[in-house]
Amino acid sequence: MHGHRDMNARLLALRETDASITDKVSAIVLERPTGRLWMVAFALSFVLTAWLGAGIVWLLAKGVGIWGLDIPVAWAFAIADYVWWIAIGMAGTFISGGLYLARQGWRNALNRYAEAMTVFAVSVSGIFPILHLGRPWFFYWLAPYPDRMGVWPQWRSSLFWDFSAIVAYLIVSVLYFYVGLIPDLATLRDRAATRGKQVFYGLLAAGWRGEARHWQRFETLNLLLAAMAVPLVFSVHSMVALDFSEGLLPGWHSTIFPPFFVAGALFSGFGMVLVLGIPLRRFFGLGDFITERHIANLAKLMLAAGLFVDYSYASELFNAFYSGDRYEIAHAMQELTGAYAWVYWTIIGCNVVAIQAIWFERVRRSHAALFVIALLVLVGMWFERFELIISSLYHDFLPSSWGMFYPTVWDIAFLAGSIGLFFLLFLLFVRLLPLLPMFELRKLRARLEREGA
Amino acid sequence: MNRLHEQGWLARFEDAGALLMAVRELRGRGYTQLEAYTPYPVEGLAQALGPMRNRIPLLVLLGGLAGGFGTLLLEWYASVIDYPINVGGRPNASWPAFIPAALEMTILFAAVFGIVGMFFANGLPRLHHPLFDVPCFEAASRDGFFVWLRADDPCFDPALAHDDLARLAPLAIDRVGP
Repeated sequence: MHGHRDMNARLLALRETDASITDKVSAIVLERPTGRLWMVAFALSFVLTAWLGAGIVWLLAKGVGIWGLDIPVAWAFAIADYVWWIAIGMAGTFISGGLYLARQGWRNALNRYAEAMTVFAVSVSGIFPILHLGRPWFFYWLAPYPDRMGVWPQWRSSLFWDFSAIVAYLIVSVLYFYVGLIPDLATLRDRAATRGKQVFYGLLAAGWRGEARHWQRFETLNLLLAAMAVPLVFSVHSMVALDFSEGLLPGWHSTIFPPFFVAGALFSGFGMVLVLGIPLRRFFGLGDFITERHIANLAKLMLAAGLFVDYSYASELFNAFYSGDRYEIAHAMQELTGAYAWVYWTIIGCNVVAIQAIWFERVRRSHAALFVIALLVLVGMWFERFELIISSLYHDFLPSSWGMFYPTVWDIAFLAGSIGLFFLLFLLFVRLLPLLPMFELRKLRARLEREGA
Repeated sequence: MNRLHEQGWLARFEDAGALLMAVRELRGRGYTQLEAYTPYPVEGLAQALGPMRNRIPLLVLLGGLAGGFGTLLLEWYASVIDYPINVGGRPNASWPAFIPAALEMTILFAAVFGIVGMFFANGLPRLHHPLFDVPCFEAASRDGFFVWLRADDPCFDPALAHDDLARLAPLAIDRVGP
């Protein structure tokens, strides 16, 4: 048994003090020169984002027909991208909210960049359903407001539920991220050497001083936000799933979708937290804060969420055959052997087979291996969202209405460009805002000291 | 102009424990207009400073109720009063289908009320504060633990208050205000 070694490792290196935590984390933003690697990554993300921008302009000019959409496959890449991105955001909120409620001290080094990941992933995801509307400039028709046409949204439609879920989730995650940043912004304000930075961080910090009663209200608010963020995460991805399960197509019309989507969301989100965290830890020398134990815990959470997803795959197939419904059975056979079977087996390879390596402690200790597995999970989860949408659409009830989907270059542009935009925002975050929550690490240090750990 | 509530003595202490002891001691001597500043939330410090009002939970509850019931009311009004549509004879007031959006708005409004309430109750945002003029106060967001004896305290006498602070063995005492 070696597993207990993960548990006993320290959450924060012994040599760190309140001052050293503050100095190291704020120096990344205030003093460290912009590295060449950052510049290269930024340039690359910028190019991809520009490609996305060109795609958006072209889409506004020509319409959604620039994508490979047609009947019967009228949803494809864009909706897969949307579900994939909003799913990635879920893990950030879960790490922030869920692990806070569970009093897991190891969340404190991770929650800041995980929340940033959430904010950016949700923002990027929101682009897709809006552009998919056909006439995106009328997107505000989705919202209930007293308009001169005298009509209202269709309250009974899962599309409206989904809209309200995304709006609530986007606003709450941005506010949650900002509120958690305020004390650290005050630290940056107090430590900034130039007038420009003092004003920039000073305005953002909104006059925060760290008074004891302010802290008390701040902590109460954080606790309540965490308590609301967890059901919000679960409800948002359930609403996304209801977009599909309210449809009558075989493969979609299933009650398993909401929990299945939530598990997949956490799975891909933990994957992204690892994909971002492992390089950040290495390039910024954050080993004292993001320890071996953090990485191992994330890997275990990813494995756990992955097993839920794998169970759903098994249950989906079992239910198709157990139901005796010939369309459900045909749909399952299409998944396994049809034109998109290669997508299905890619998913099995990434989301079922690859993650089993995490059972071994040697793999959990190898950051390179975890990075590769997490990337495979992200790839697998994208393909899963794609397969889920397309396998039900391309073969529905009547053979006369079957048809294939072929992506165009613009489908690729929107996928690659959204990845570029996400990394562009994340790279700016790394340069402008504190990567780790300094005040929470100081509090954690005091707690560990008190416990005599 | 007499701005006593922006003046007084600011004493810095070694750590959270020393600050907590100092605050209790000062409260014991009858000081009431005390403020304490720490680089992270210290358990028990706010209570040691005296009774405080924390209405954040109430605001969050009110926000949640407003968002949830407000959305249900809007959905009911739109589908029963303003624009009823008969879809296969199903009831206009389809409550189960109204719940998902109401749930999301409950959480959204509760969060917004709580956040606005936190800012408001803490007197934020605020562009300037007399403490920012005290040079050593920068440490309050790094590793400094401070107590501020405000000059508007009924027991406050500049010389006596300074002595009271000095007896608590602080690291430093600075003047706040002109």
